[in-house]
Amino acid sequence: MMMELLIKNGFVYDPINGIDGERVDIAIKDGRIVERVDERRAEIIDASGMIVMPGGVDLHSHIVGGKVNSGRLLRPEDHRKDYEVKTKVTRSGVGYSIPSTFTTGYRYSRMGYTTVMDPAIAPLKARHAHEELNDTPMIDKGFYPLLGDWWFVLEFIRDGKIEECAAHVAWLISSVKGYAIKLVNPGGLEAWGFGRNVDSIDDPVPYFNITPRDIIRGLCKVNQLLNLPHAIHIHTNNLGKPGNYTTTLDTMKCVEDLAIDDKPIAHVTHCQFNAFKGVNWKTLASGAPEIADYVNKHKHVTLDMGQIIFTDTTTMTADGPFQYILYKLTGNKWVNSDVETETSAGIVPIRYRRASYANAVQWSIGLELALLIKDTWKVYLTTDHPNGGPFTEYPRVIAWLMSRIARERTMKRLNKRAVAKMTLPSIDREYTFYEIAIATRAGPARSLGLKNKGHLGVGADADVAIYDVNPKEVNPSRQYKLVRRAFRRAAYTIKSGEVVVKNGEIVKSMMGDTIWCNIHVMPSLAEDVAKGLKKRFREYWTVEYDNYPIPEKYLSISYPMEIKAKV
Amino acid sequence: MSLSKLKVVLVTGRSIEQGVSKERGKISDEYFQSVATCHMDPDDMKELGVKEGANVRVTTEFGSVVVKAVKSKRTPHKGTVFIPYGPWASIVVNPTTSSVGMPYFKGIPAEVEVAPKEEPILSLRELLRRHFGRG
Amino acid sequence: MSTSVVQSVTCPICGSFCDDLELTIEDGRITKVKNACAMGEAKFLYAPDLKHRWLKPMIRKDEELVEASLEEAVKKAAEVLAEASYPILYGWSSTCCEAIRVGIELAEEVGGVIDNTATVCHGPSLQAVQDVGLPICTLGQVRHRADVIVYWACNPWEAHPRHIERYTYFPDGRFQSSMWRRYLTRWGMLAQRKRILRALSTHPYIKAILPPLARYELSPELFVKGRKLIVIDVRRTRVAEAADYFIQVKPGEDYELLQALRALVRGIELEVDEVAGVPVKLLEEVVDVMISCDFGVIFFGLGLTMSRGKVRNVDLAIKLTEDLNDRSKWLIAPMRGHFNVTGANAVFTWQTGYPFAVDFSRGYPYYNPGETSVVDILLRGDSDAALVVASDPVAHFPKKAVEHLVKNPLVVIDPSKSATSLMADVVIPSAFVGIEAEGTAYRMDFVPLPLKKVVEPPAGLLSDEEILRMILHEVRKIKGVA
Repeated sequence: MMMELLIKNGFVYDPINGIDGERVDIAIKDGRIVERVDERRAEIIDASGMIVMPGGVDLHSHIVGGKVNSGRLLRPEDHRKDYEVKTKVTRSGVGYSIPSTFTTGYRYSRMGYTTVMDPAIAPLKARHAHEELNDTPMIDKGFYPLLGDWWFVLEFIRDGKIEECAAHVAWLISSVKGYAIKLVNPGGLEAWGFGRNVDSIDDPVPYFNITPRDIIRGLCKVNQLLNLPHAIHIHTNNLGKPGNYTTTLDTMKCVEDLAIDDKPIAHVTHCQFNAFKGVNWKTLASGAPEIADYVNKHKHVTLDMGQIIFTDTTTMTADGPFQYILYKLTGNKWVNSDVETETSAGIVPIRYRRASYANAVQWSIGLELALLIKDTWKVYLTTDHPNGGPFTEYPRVIAWLMSRIARERTMKRLNKRAVAKMTLPSIDREYTFYEIAIATRAGPARSLGLKNKGHLGVGADADVAIYDVNPKEVNPSRQYKLVRRAFRRAAYTIKSGEVVVKNGEIVKSMMGDTIWCNIHVMPSLAEDVAKGLKKRFREYWTVEYDNYPIPEKYLSISYPMEIKAKV
Repeated sequence: MSLSKLKVVLVTGRSIEQGVSKERGKISDEYFQSVATCHMDPDDMKELGVKEGANVRVTTEFGSVVVKAVKSKRTPHKGTVFIPYGPWASIVVNPTTSSVGMPYFKGIPAEVEVAPKEEPILSLRELLRRHFGRG
Repeated sequence: MSTSVVQSVTCPICGSFCDDLELTIEDGRITKVKNACAMGEAKFLYAPDLKHRWLKPMIRKDEELVEASLEEAVKKAAEVLAEASYPILYGWSSTCCEAIRVGIELAEEVGGVIDNTATVCHGPSLQAVQDVGLPICTLGQVRHRADVIVYWACNPWEAHPRHIERYTYFPDGRFQSSMWRRYLTRWGMLAQRKRILRALSTHPYIKAILPPLARYELSPELFVKGRKLIVIDVRRTRVAEAADYFIQVKPGEDYELLQALRALVRGIELEVDEVAGVPVKLLEEVVDVMISCDFGVIFFGLGLTMSRGKVRNVDLAIKLTEDLNDRSKWLIAPMRGHFNVTGANAVFTWQTGYPFAVDFSRGYPYYNPGETSVVDILLRGDSDAALVVASDPVAHFPKKAVEHLVKNPLVVIDPSKSATSLMADVVIPSAFVGIEAEGTAYRMDFVPLPLKKVVEPPAGLLSDEEILRMILHEVRKIKGVA
């Protein structure tokens, strides 16, 4: 029998249920939030003077899979300075920017995070991602397969066969046990197969007679036909290039007419990297005001920040051509990994420097996006781990969002020319704890369509974080360091109804669920897909049809979301 | 007039025969036949005066082993001899790792000579007993 | 009699890890193997044969291996590992990832060093990746796109027999087509030329420069179009004879040759006639082919990692590839040997951050090849026990390393008899993964594939994973943490 838990006297921030710092007791039984428990039998956690929030939800963090593991392989120097010794309850491991699997789970849990999504897995290597997820403890997790350059998608969209395209996407997501549709530099990765790229959403993809616009719109329609819980998750074209904010605006505009109700249909990820103004690195400037303006006026898009941290980290994206540019720019070591028929990837270590004009501008863009977009439900906190910096630095971002003083102190150390041009110093807005709860849990959970996560209402998963900071006594604007410290080490993390972290240390190791979408299309359509694929499989891949799908038993704890498609 | 000792460069590596025969058992005769061999350039064999199938002794700074000389199928590679991976090759390879963990399995200076009659090719067990005292 | 056919079977032999085999099973025995190379066929047909396997666990008593119960053997193995102060756990490349995961947990528990066969294989390549990176791709990308294929210091015909046929020169791809016809034409020409040469019995030096001539004997239009195969090796291997260009490099001078190619790619003129035994004229021509292609790929083998230069050779090969990307699309990939050596590196890396030679004696993963690599530990004589899983170091390590390995207690988990198991103190026979047990393994390009169980193992034999779990459990019991 599972333990009953009662969290008493805490200041609860539960935005989905509209609770803003009120003292509410949270009762937990059998891994769920319940109305009440028997106080005599339950374990009592006294959260007096502390903040109680739903467990953190990260919708974009590269934590597993082929690319992440190549990053680990590439950077022994990253691990040597940061390691974790084996304890009675935890396995050993290494950090820093690309931690080993166990360490990843522990570190998220220590910060009060309980759900994390990896945003970029090559379907052909999905089995690898699942193997790593099986070794990533403490959190519920899942991943988004890369679909924007899959030959089947390109061909069906080119031929105007949206329903067939949807059925194939359904087959793929269900087969590899993925969660959402991910596009990375759509069309550009196929072009990268021959060392080329596309330079706008209307630049045709070589050999395929199709443009990125067609792909984005096509997959957006597919997403709607399949009733997937999350919007299409887009890493736009031209990422990392000065002037690319127009591409971002074009991308958001190109699906504007597809919106049906108020439900967002496109998530533009790590937007900081895609909100550059200027014509070159010397004239780089923030495009955040323009993007924020658009987002403020429209309901069909959401964003996440992709904030950068001034540290030594490792960039890794499926955007092969961008990573090559970064390699030429930095002269650092470079991994590229193209995947047949599907996608590509690249990895380059980077150090974001305060003295660098470009890096300082980048830093301001991320924060400007978060502060200029009025509705916090539309922009979530990420560092695009590890691209902007490791996830362990989220508390630093929280401090910047909550404190103007924290921002000013950082700006004092930045490149002066960059600071002189920033909009950021003129922004007074400071996030409240309530807004932080939206940006780090409620917002991402809602965006992902995870109904049991990101809130503390009755029936929700009992994933709870308790932070030792008293919102009635601490003024985050001035005492941001206290806030930062509290968010680094949760006083308690409760996962599935069990206390797994106390005072920032793991007290119990456990395995979370692997969440995936099991999409049901019409049986006749599914049959056609299987028949067609069987016939053509060897033309496209170098593995056999039978060996491609991943059986459910392969997942250590499988949590399928059953989804009925419109086709 | 043939030389008594031939200075060569020793390369060890995989061969398809070794790859196939190891699946028939590492203690099988097929495996023995395929790896206790030294593949030589015919010109080198001529110079040394050894015939196909004769026993030769390969000696390096690190050890000495008797194996069967066979004519290379693909020539020329005068001055280079090849022994497939296996217990016999391992006796003579260079253990130096140059601080990267990897011994020299290729490009080792060696001498090849006709094996004296009293030194036959050792079987696997004989080889293990002779060099490691067990097996 | 029952007959069944199993399709899409993966082949647990080499890093090509073909997954299109078709096996016929009659009465619980594999009787026919379709689509496999000679090595794969031999493994499925003969490896499970009982005559060269241990069928019972063995423990050494009075210098002789005698039969023991599984419990006894597991207990003995656990004692050896738990009592040792610096044990090594070696092998792993011929077993599945599931077993490797347990192996690492075991190494962590006993505070030992865990190392895989990459240490004496592509270990230098992994270190080179850590120096300079690695632009690589999956093999299908080569099949679909590559119009120049370079095999450097490797011999796929013998070590990865179906690599050329499935992934590089012979298959049809979306943008490139098969080169069978050209190969057959050339084969005919070569056979003819050989006959003439034999008649002439020419000077060896003339023979050495003949290979490039091969192309002039073919019709030029055949040469201009389609894929080109370049082979660089110290020996004229069979794949060399299939090549459009064969460059015979002097043993141990790959580094010089790589440096020369890098210079040429960067447009520097070489003021010598010959580098590493190769005429500069030929190199200039080859470089011209390399920079004018649409998609080129270099596959390199142990000729680079095992000979003079080692890590530096691979560093340079990768840098050459990176330079070539200024001119065209170029990628590079190591020809990994064992069917799951790539998987071993992958599991090591995600659990510990490092691909091989991981030392847990400090309570956390520590890595320093040259210090924590198993051959170095043996040469220094530091270890005091060893567990070998699915590998044969006694046959393949230098003599001096083996001497220390067998001096200390040695536990072996292996499906078949080998030199190492003959020297062991405890032998625990296991089922063949990929034949008698299932699991996951990684192709040389990091594509993971399932290993199938197609027949039952001999009675009483467990998988590597199960045996390791038992040992781990026993070790924890001894240490009082279970």
